[in-house]
Amino acid sequence: MKSLSVRNLNVWFGEGPDRVDAVKAASFDVASGGSFGLVGESGSGKSTILRAITGLVPTWSGDIEIDGDHVLPKRGRAFYKMLQMVFQDPYASLHPRHSVDQVLSETLQLHGFKDIDTRVNRLLDDVGLGAAFRFRYPHQLSGGQRQRVAIARALAPEPEILLLDEPTSALDVSVQAEILNLLSDLRTEHKLTFVMVSHDLSVVGHMCDNVAVMRDGEVVEVLGIEKMRRMEPDNAYTKHLLDVSLNYASS
Amino acid sequence: MNLLDVEDLWVRFPTSSGVFDAVRGISFSLGRERLGIVGESGSGKSMTGRAILQLIRPPGRIEAKRIDLQGKPLLNASDKEMRAVRGSRISMVMQDPKFSLNPVMTVGDQIIEAYRLHNKASRRDARARAIEMLEAVSIRNPERVLRAYPHEVSGGMGQRIMIAMMMIPNPQILIADEPTSALDVSVQGQVLGIMNQLVQDRGMGLIFISHDLNLVAEFCDRVLIMYAGRIVEVCEADKLHEAKHPYTQGLLNSLPRLDEPKDRLEALVRDPEWRQQPSVSGLL
Repeated sequence: MKSLSVRNLNVWFGEGPDRVDAVKAASFDVASGGSFGLVGESGSGKSTILRAITGLVPTWSGDIEIDGDHVLPKRGRAFYKMLQMVFQDPYASLHPRHSVDQVLSETLQLHGFKDIDTRVNRLLDDVGLGAAFRFRYPHQLSGGQRQRVAIARALAPEPEILLLDEPTSALDVSVQAEILNLLSDLRTEHKLTFVMVSHDLSVVGHMCDNVAVMRDGEVVEVLGIEKMRRMEPDNAYTKHLLDVSLNYASS
Repeated sequence: MNLLDVEDLWVRFPTSSGVFDAVRGISFSLGRERLGIVGESGSGKSMTGRAILQLIRPPGRIEAKRIDLQGKPLLNASDKEMRAVRGSRISMVMQDPKFSLNPVMTVGDQIIEAYRLHNKASRRDARARAIEMLEAVSIRNPERVLRAYPHEVSGGMGQRIMIAMMMIPNPQILIADEPTSALDVSVQGQVLGIMNQLVQDRGMGLIFISHDLNLVAEFCDRVLIMYAGRIVEVCEADKLHEAKHPYTQGLLNSLPRLDEPKDRLEALVRDPEWRQQPSVSGLL
């Protein structure tokens, strides 16, 4: 289990007059073994924070610490063995011409594992697919099954922190329930720390202990989930977000 | 008279392994109301919407006992007759404005083109009407938006532009296929509010296709629940939470809720029996 701390994170795109500040001085802490949610409207910078942590955005400043160790701009293999990400759309994040076996064994090989064959099967069992799915291609899988493969790939290096970028927003509600249950099980089983981005407050409410609410690149409030359930946020924007997501008709 | 009556509608696609039935004999009517169609992906809800406008391409086939628009049969209408129906009498708003707006035309040109297709009007009049419509869907700066290209507007605004474009010919029926799924909750509220107002002010019928049960329960008057190409249940929207069919209940229970936290969500267990049950009629 590892803790994650983000201090004064800034992310920007473009230069000069075209510069857009996507994230402005965001700070939050995720306790070791905790589950932390980032919510906000699209364009509020929540996914950008995850991308900055994994190193998918080169233009960032501030401090990202994992268990007290600074994350350097150039991330090594050890970093990716510790931290992995699951992306929003399983239709886009899996290579259409790579079978499930190729996807998983390549990841395992890159991380220097030797017993690849047994590990692929174990990963597939972990995510509830089983060995029968091993030689299938993404187009032979449903959306939920694809997301399970994407989760298996993220689990392959045995990470301690998992970043989840809207893991269920492309899925049906019934499949969403299965994937969220799977994620909760995996979290207890593998002692994972979660950082989860979602625009769905009830999903975050189900999965997370603490939530950061974002607006226009800034974290406007960090609050515990109990406080959110009682509908007693301190910030007016959080209140507004809670109101609209619980009640469409009145908005 | 009902705005629309559909009886025993089938949508079939021949495949290498036999004919696949996407919609299997459903019947429903639409009055001056907000009719919701909910179901999972693959349940045939979008196909139903497309079949009404005959937007299923060959080799796909539409079969039905009848599809009547205000008592007049639409089934077997020629392409020319269908073109007169599409847009001016029945309009459709698709899921993602990114894919339904032309990326290389300004928003204004697209709305003006749509308007002049349906009405004899000068460019100037069409432009004035376009601005009026954009104002009707609460776009604050219509002059600027008219000059903008689709990539320069946000998703919520794009969807409002689509709705504006669909409303110009004053259709009697609007089919909205997941109109708010690509939008944020706060923008979603605005778009729904606009559609609601248009339905009430103009006495339109709305077919609202969505996978979001809570949304449909709050927004619609009557709901059809579809599973595997059939209607498994028809109920009043405000009674959706008392739905009887195990599939509807399963869908409702699988939603996480802020006010009722639980450790595990209930995954839906599908009964093969549901596929075989006869389709429930949604005729009025």
